[in-house]
Amino acid sequence: MTDEPIVLGIETSCDETGVGIVRGTTLLANVVASSVDEHARFGGVVPEVASRAHLEAMVPTVERALRTAGLTLADIDAIAVTAGPGLAGTLLVGVAAAKAYALATGKPLYGVNHLAAHVAVDTLEHGPLPEPAVALLVSGGHSSLLRVDDLARGVQPLGATIDDAAGEAFDKVARLLGLPFPGGPPIDRAAQSGDGSAIAFPRGLTAPRDMREHRFDFSFSGLKTAVARWVEARQRAGEPVPVADVAASFQEAVCDVLTAKAIDACRSQGIETLLIGGGVAANSRLRAMATERAARYGIQVRVPRPGLCTDNGAMVAALGTHLVSSGVPPSGLDIPADSALPVEVVSLAEKVA
Amino acid sequence: MLVLVVDTSTPAVTAGLVEVTDAGNQTRAVRVTINARAHGEVLAPNIAAMFDETGVRPSDLAAVVAGVGPGPFTGLRVGLVTAAAFGDALGIPTYGVCSLDALGAAASGSGRVLVATDARRREIYWAVYEAGVRVGEPAVDRPAEVAARVGAEVQYAVGDGAHKYADVLAVPVQQEPRYPPVSALAELAADRILRRAPLERLTPLYLRRPDATVPAGRKPVLQ
Ligand SMILES: [Zn+2]
Repeated sequence: MTDEPIVLGIETSCDETGVGIVRGTTLLANVVASSVDEHARFGGVVPEVASRAHLEAMVPTVERALRTAGLTLADIDAIAVTAGPGLAGTLLVGVAAAKAYALATGKPLYGVNHLAAHVAVDTLEHGPLPEPAVALLVSGGHSSLLRVDDLARGVQPLGATIDDAAGEAFDKVARLLGLPFPGGPPIDRAAQSGDGSAIAFPRGLTAPRDMREHRFDFSFSGLKTAVARWVEARQRAGEPVPVADVAASFQEAVCDVLTAKAIDACRSQGIETLLIGGGVAANSRLRAMATERAARYGIQVRVPRPGLCTDNGAMVAALGTHLVSSGVPPSGLDIPADSALPVEVVSLAEKVA
Repeated sequence: MLVLVVDTSTPAVTAGLVEVTDAGNQTRAVRVTINARAHGEVLAPNIAAMFDETGVRPSDLAAVVAGVGPGPFTGLRVGLVTAAAFGDALGIPTYGVCSLDALGAAASGSGRVLVATDARRREIYWAVYEAGVRVGEPAVDRPAEVAARVGAEVQYAVGDGAHKYADVLAVPVQQEPRYPPVSALAELAADRILRRAPLERLTPLYLRRPDATVPAGRKPVLQ
């Protein structure tokens, strides 16, 4: 027996129905049902298609997670769920399910922030997070730099994308190059045999003028357009498109900006721990470049394994056990699903104003 | 047998506790909140309030009945996932009832009745009933099309869609029932509940394909 809390976490902020079970910082189950194949032909996630898939997958995914962990709901101490940010319609399915499980079993409910959960999941692999830490979260839905002073209560935004998420840029460039959706893994693969310095693509918000106002913000829209122009110019000229070089040069530009700003954030704040999460954290070049650059300044980089970087229920459960252990009060049954939940709100406490 | 009833196919976020027996049904508690935008916030607290009011514990429940629509998708899913999760958590069966059927069964006028709920986008979800029994399949159409097709064969109409488009439908509209009643939802599942029929997967009646548009912010690369 152990007195570490056991939390079941539910994640439905985008197209993955994720249910995870965590005891303390030990992962017991992480089951994900994805509707990604249904979105591929649209080149992006269609909210209504994703919402329908969440409703179908919810109960079977909870049951699979419990079976994987060898537990029943009676063994669970609390239910945690992503309350936002994310797609409004998809979040609502998870939040309503979590409320029903909590009410039916008499367990406390924790409505939590998706971004804080991306940070918390690393504790499953690397143990408690040294605080303060800087977190770089990059995916198809978000690109944020955060300062984490207290994962249970205090997360501060340092910067975020002012247009597209980094993962979106991967999707769009993959489409330009005739690679499948989602674009991250195929671009990573294509880039292996390409030259990252072949084409000088722009680095958004790194000019001196931008650095004054947007030091820790990102912009990937200009990069995406530059890649499109370059590829289309080649096509118009009837020349072959060097897919590997374009992929590698694009990836180099994204990773260069992400790691430079993340390390600048650490150095300017005197912080020695950089955590990277979100689906783009699975990118091999991002991992390598961050580790190499951080080492120069004595900054320790923590990146969870790829299966924990993409959206999943274990990250929600991991934040849940941290909140329970930290004595944070649970949420009420009246909490909303908030598609624009501010990053500072780690969990929705008892009553929302 | 004590049953939890939910329906979120209309702006009425509906929950009830009904005792279903061979000798008839008794409604123990009802909570209805009219709010088309708050299904997700209101339903669970309303169910909790019924438990508090009646002293019923979740473990006392023997089944869950859910209105499966048709209804606007986002709200409809709240009721269905709530019912499914309750059923799963408590290990009790879930049964689906067409939400229009509950209105049709509760309509008390004589002759054929048009049941219509608001489908938004200037359309209604509708079906025709005779003596409480549905004639044909539920559908979603513009009110004028419905009037042209069945206006002559129905004597009156019920439901919030009938109220909203009373002028176009040109059929006398009865005040009640306006939303799927708890008692009728329970009654339509009573037979299955009492003979302990196998649980049913709660499949929503969407009647519309999803809009295949990618969310804002995911624009084409150029222009
Ligand atoms: Zn995410």
